[in-house]
Amino acid sequence: MLHKPDSLVTLDTAGIHRAGRWLVRGVSLAIEPGEIVTLIGPNGSGKSTTAKMALGILKPDEGSVERRAGLKVAYVPQKLAVDWTLPLTVRRFMRLTGHVSVQEAESAMESTGVNHLAGAEVRTLSGGEFQRVMLARAVARKPDLLVLDEPVQGVDFSGEIALYDLIKRISDQMHCGILLISHDLHVVMAATDRVICLNGHVCCSGTPTAVASSAEYKALFGARSASTLAVYEHHHDHTHLPDGRVEHGDGSITDHCHPEDGHHHHHGSEGRSDA
Amino acid sequence: MLDDFFTRAILAGIGVALVAGPLGCFIVWRRLAYFGDTLSHAALLGVALAFLFEINITLAVFAVSACVSIALLLLQRQGTLSSDALLGLLSHSALALGLVALAFMTWIRMDLMGFLFGDILAVSKMDIAIIWLGGAVVLAILAVIWRPLFAATINRELAEAEGMNPERVNIVFMLLMAAVIAISMKIVGVLLITAMLIIPAAAARRFSSSPEQMALLAAIIGAASVVGGLFGSLEWDTPAGPSIVVAALALFVLSLTPVFSRPSPKPLDTAEGATEPRKGARP
Repeated sequence: MLHKPDSLVTLDTAGIHRAGRWLVRGVSLAIEPGEIVTLIGPNGSGKSTTAKMALGILKPDEGSVERRAGLKVAYVPQKLAVDWTLPLTVRRFMRLTGHVSVQEAESAMESTGVNHLAGAEVRTLSGGEFQRVMLARAVARKPDLLVLDEPVQGVDFSGEIALYDLIKRISDQMHCGILLISHDLHVVMAATDRVICLNGHVCCSGTPTAVASSAEYKALFGARSASTLAVYEHHHDHTHLPDGRVEHGDGSITDHCHPEDGHHHHHGSEGRSDA
Repeated sequence: MLDDFFTRAILAGIGVALVAGPLGCFIVWRRLAYFGDTLSHAALLGVALAFLFEINITLAVFAVSACVSIALLLLQRQGTLSSDALLGLLSHSALALGLVALAFMTWIRMDLMGFLFGDILAVSKMDIAIIWLGGAVVLAILAVIWRPLFAATINRELAEAEGMNPERVNIVFMLLMAAVIAISMKIVGVLLITAMLIIPAAAARRFSSSPEQMALLAAIIGAASVVGGLFGSLEWDTPAGPSIVVAALALFVLSLTPVFSRPSPKPLDTAEGATEPRKGARP
């Protein structure tokens, strides 16, 4: 049903089974060129697992994953620790997985604002600088599909807005598909075309609502942030009980939630209340 | 002063150092020191098998080391024991098996110390040919897999996502390790091979700003250790293999002294500064 000839990657009811349980199951999604898709969900909800299926790092135990033939991928992993024993400058890091010409590397570093760091050792960079360097490396590959695992992690709020601006610019300029994993359940990049909320399965998906209407966001972070970030509203119709069963909106209780279920929250386990 | 056997020893030693340096960098980067130890201890079992079946020692050592690496990969996949427990198990069992097997072969007169600590002064022209030819093959293969191997060292998943095959590259790397151990056993002996892999790489670290530069420097420092160690051994009548390792150690200690510090473009993170030698002050 999701198959389109020009989709970069298509997951069809894909799932990963490990050590007797499903990490994630029944995920169907497709990413088109030029589209930004954001995955959100609580810790352990299968966001990274889903991204790794899309990337081909994990083979689905159920369902299928299809990547367009000759798809060029760039991946910005969640964590990348560079040991002291490794002498690695930013310039060298740019051509980690493939040949990149000096000009391409320069312009990629220019576009993420890290060209002044070209000679610096990667492990001496701050969190925000390192994220920009990782983005520059990904951009220099000129990918068809860019997968970003929590790119704003460890970056302060203004840095977060700047990074989202940058990702939007990359998307506009390179017309690549972007799969973005967000650590925040409620705030996503406004430029996102589609938000997919995971919790072991696809809870819900849709466009993020405009933030312009959210006065408290403007008051709190200024009008500029409002153009970059958006509040994603969830539609809760079922609750995960502590014993693992699921209480649905109509009061019925089942053992599992169903792919067609809307968003849910874990009974008493989530500190945040929804906006 | 340069007797023929001495020239041969220097040639053989330099050949080993040139290969051990670049490979040793990966051992250091990937924290595989204990793995190197395991493979080299297994080499003694290779020696025993070579005597038993009357085959070439270098070949037998390579075969046994390769088998141990594959066994390790398979056992790791089962996940019953932790990696370091598995390494310890394989390492010492292979060493003990080798010693026991050698003791059984009473008809063989051989110098155990030579295998444990090396016998570089007894290398033949054939040994030199094996070292230089084998070493050239190892370096050529390493050059071919350099980019994916390095990318997988930085981040395995990133390398895999971007179209590389870390699994295959890892297996090739393990086989290269087995080959290096096979050709360097005669030089420093099974107990000291890991030192030739690690110490020159560690000494090269502070002078390097790129992985390629570190590999080259490690090879040069290794070769310098061989020359220094052999001359020291001649001068003070010390065992050759251990003398080479001591020379490498001396170069490593020298690399730590502030005389050789070079200005770094950025100061180190304070969190890391406690456990590491500091680079020069901010310019």
